[in-house]
Amino acid sequence: MLIRHPDDIAPSEITPRALFDGRRDFLRHAGLGVGAALLYGALPGDAHAGYGNPSLGPLQKSPFSTDEKLNDYKDITNYCNFYEFGTDKTDPARYAQRMKTRPWTVSIEGLVHKPKTLAIEDVLKLAPLEERIYRLRCVEAWSMVIPWVGMPLSALLKQVEPLGSAKYVEFTTLADAKTMPGVNSRVLDWPYVEGLRLDEAMHPLTLIAVGLYGEVLPNQNGAPMRLVVPWKYGFKSAKSIVRIRFTDKEPVSSWTAAAPREYGFYSNVNPEVDHPRWSQARERRLGEFGKRKTLMFNGYGDQVASLYTGMDLKKNY
Amino acid sequence: MQALLTPDRERFTLIWRAVWIACLWPLLDMVLSGMRDALGANPIEAITRGTGDWTLRLLLLTLAITPLRQLTGLHWLVRLRRMLGLYAFFYGSLHLMTYLWLDQFFDWVAIVDDIIERPFITLGFAAFVLMLPLAVTSTNAMMRSMGGRNWQRLHRAVYLVAVLGVTHYWWLVKKDITEPAIYAGVLGLLFALRLWHALRRTRRLAVQADADANGARRVSA
Repeated sequence: MLIRHPDDIAPSEITPRALFDGRRDFLRHAGLGVGAALLYGALPGDAHAGYGNPSLGPLQKSPFSTDEKLNDYKDITNYCNFYEFGTDKTDPARYAQRMKTRPWTVSIEGLVHKPKTLAIEDVLKLAPLEERIYRLRCVEAWSMVIPWVGMPLSALLKQVEPLGSAKYVEFTTLADAKTMPGVNSRVLDWPYVEGLRLDEAMHPLTLIAVGLYGEVLPNQNGAPMRLVVPWKYGFKSAKSIVRIRFTDKEPVSSWTAAAPREYGFYSNVNPEVDHPRWSQARERRLGEFGKRKTLMFNGYGDQVASLYTGMDLKKNY
Repeated sequence: MQALLTPDRERFTLIWRAVWIACLWPLLDMVLSGMRDALGANPIEAITRGTGDWTLRLLLLTLAITPLRQLTGLHWLVRLRRMLGLYAFFYGSLHLMTYLWLDQFFDWVAIVDDIIERPFITLGFAAFVLMLPLAVTSTNAMMRSMGGRNWQRLHRAVYLVAVLGVTHYWWLVKKDITEPAIYAGVLGLLFALRLWHALRRTRRLAVQADADANGARRVSA
């Protein structure tokens, strides 16, 4: 008996392409009103309809990905710390649509042989895009599991050929008072600045993210390109980056400038070093009822602990 | 106008019930939102914040009664004060329960650690403990058995509760102190109004005493 493999039934054989593509309009125009709204919410095949941003196409899987349960797209995009849009977790989702992410350029400069200004389109071509499912641990003691799309930061940094004297990398992010309401408040010194040691920046776990859930990164999550450093507290992962500068001095990040006793340069996730005002021993994984124990280096110790051999992590918090 | 200045029994009951329901509304709203999964990505944080916010708001409202009465002459407002204070205690208890249960899961070691080591939790806890005797002695019978003067002396602790509560909020925010600053501003204004009122009264009394003394002199002369 011949059983047809589902793969060779093209969707076009089942439903005319135009009708398939226009199925929502079709329903809407059919005047089915509320019934249609209920119906198309339940149509099968919508799993590929995505969340509304353009798809980033086929992605490579990564051995660095965790297989933990993902947080919902809705939670990841509606619970954000992005103070340029306001300090409430829901402010970024509310206001970030005004930010223009095209055209976008990032200038890579400082102690390098070949300083460059790259358009975001060129950045996207530097390396094949991968899906990286990382844990994100916020310094506020909550965490998520997020399917980022991006490439190793090293792919970007190699373009400019750093000089031997370069020891640190400083990231500066967009501060546009016209489109970012939070920039008018002085809660932090704008623009937002973050920094990594060169070896941290070149580490294969360190990601430049350009997407989320297989699609172009939503503005509130740091479009068009952001840093993701999964073993450090979330604020180290600077969003909407416009400048990357190689230096020989330790950069002063915005949070360190604002409260040096509370936020150090390293800010590695560390359950044994408490924030002066709250414990870091446990965290609330969003979507879970109880709290879980926070893991050293957010569970990435096997990959990154060697970066800090011999260092006193209580002093270098 | 007279109805507002001195509402009759029936009208006052109506006002009392309306305030009672209004004070319960934030809780109902949170419960309904929770059932609709509308508390956002971190519902426990939303509940903690919501109950904390309403504790502070009701505390400030309780403290606002006397200045409001003095400014407007609406003396019946004082008859709402106990309810407002008890509601502040009610939301404070919910706030503490949220912390003990939903946040710490009755992990007493961690809780004691928190209370000792985290100044903002120390203050919040102290504020709650200080509210306990006020809530317990809020009945008419307790007021009678303590005697008005002692009762009033004890219940002045509510000022301290409010200061502790606002500082508790101030110390916990990460960076943006806008909201705690608003609470602190309102509390400062309420203190200023009381001070102003007290000063005016002493001056009036002094003038009165002066006048009395003059009168007495004139009589004796």
